[in-house]
Amino acid sequence: MNANKTITHTNGVDTDAGDLMSRRTFAKVLFGGVGLCYASAIGYPVYRYLASPIERSIESTKVSEVSLPDAAKLEPGAAMMFKFGTKPALLIHHKDGTWSAMEAVCTHLACTVQYQAEENRIYCACHGGVYDIKTGAAVSGPPPKGLKAFNVKVQNGAVIVSKV
Amino acid sequence: MAKLIASLYRWVDSRLGLEEILEFAKKKTVPVHKHSFWYYWGGISLFFFIVQAFTGVLLLVYYRPGPDAYESVRQITYEIHFGWLIRSAHSWSANLMVASVFIHMFSAYFMKAYRAPREFGWWSGMLLLIITLLFGFSGYLLPMDELAYFATKVGLEIPNALPIIGEPMTNLFRGGLEVGELTVQRFFALHVVVMPALFLPILVFHLWLVQKHGNATLPSEAEKPKSEQKSIPFFPNFLMQDLAMWLIALNVMALFASLFPWDLGEIADPLKPAPTGIHPEWYFMSAFQVLKIMGNLFPGALGEGLGITIFTLGLILWTLIPLYDGKHENGRRARNATYFGLLALAIIVITTVWGYIVL
Repeated sequence: MNANKTITHTNGVDTDAGDLMSRRTFAKVLFGGVGLCYASAIGYPVYRYLASPIERSIESTKVSEVSLPDAAKLEPGAAMMFKFGTKPALLIHHKDGTWSAMEAVCTHLACTVQYQAEENRIYCACHGGVYDIKTGAAVSGPPPKGLKAFNVKVQNGAVIVSKV
Repeated sequence: MAKLIASLYRWVDSRLGLEEILEFAKKKTVPVHKHSFWYYWGGISLFFFIVQAFTGVLLLVYYRPGPDAYESVRQITYEIHFGWLIRSAHSWSANLMVASVFIHMFSAYFMKAYRAPREFGWWSGMLLLIITLLFGFSGYLLPMDELAYFATKVGLEIPNALPIIGEPMTNLFRGGLEVGELTVQRFFALHVVVMPALFLPILVFHLWLVQKHGNATLPSEAEKPKSEQKSIPFFPNFLMQDLAMWLIALNVMALFASLFPWDLGEIADPLKPAPTGIHPEWYFMSAFQVLKIMGNLFPGALGEGLGITIFTLGLILWTLIPLYDGKHENGRRARNATYFGLLALAIIVITTVWGYIVL
């Protein structure tokens, strides 16, 4: 080795000939990389922990059919609310014996709508939207489109509501 | 870009006095001697507290105090993704925090860091110790499994034994005459709101005192001429070493939490008998065993009273030690204080081990 060479302290910033990077840069990259690994090792479980119910919710939206055993007792002219997946839904037994089922989520700003027997309409109390009781089509008010409709069939005393 | 940051810094500094704070921080040095290792333990305790706050907030997202407590903990442990890990980290870090706090206290004691001008550091530290133990006690009930239920039931008998104020105070803590869903909700409020609100200002005071007075050096080091006393700046030298210790602490905690995850016992049922081998967490085992011994030597209320008196008296003497051994000398008082410390440590270790042996 060159014993006569004076030692200069460069704190690893200058690179010796033949080196690809300085010691300081190497240390920075190393610590930065390890830090990133730790951040991910902590961040990943924490994210999945907090997102856990979202996944469960998404699973339940995959429901395609709901059976309502007590619904057959509904009198003509009456309606009931039930859950389809994660959303509230409306089942109406019309006076002429037919059935309608639709999502009860107003297409305007997502309030839950209600069946009004006397007025013969589906009404949204939030901003006055009105829907048709048989088809769920938007009749008046702010709703841009109709309520999402379902298929209904009566089987063995139970009412089966399914996606169209 | 650098100019923009510099002028932004100057704008904030002229209004908040950041430079003054930095000057205050830069002054701090940490003594370097063969026992410097013990200087890390306060920081390690703080690290575990930070972990507790973080994992505690996460648990808060799914925990339900009251009648649904057990079910919510069951869901966290067995259904929510990584819930078992968050919960285990919280439980392990709690135990590790209590252990570090004890190591920190004893090392401060034997280094005589309670001497002037650091008496308030010692006293605020004792307050922090008591709040830490109460954190542990209140948190332990929250899962409402058998272990939690009986540990709390037995633990509450200690304040209950106090004359006059004991019973009404205990009933207030319990929310009734028995441990139940009302107790869980009270302990939850204490654990999540009241104790953090008490702990944090005292902690800030404690840390500010350490910043103001610096770390205490050994009495033997203090006797050396100033030129022979070595020290390193806190910023950035000791801080870097401190953070390295925190990394080790994080690894230890993560390892324990993943390899030895916390389980959930059967749901608490007041009509079921206490399971055989029931015992409190290790940091209460010493008190538990002392009460057992006193109860065997002196039956009934006398035994319980004597037991409580013994460790309360011990705690008071321990807290008042700066008034006994206050001077910077190695005289008779200094030696007595060290012997007292060794005696206390021996009693605590022996009764803890004994407590486990007779289980």
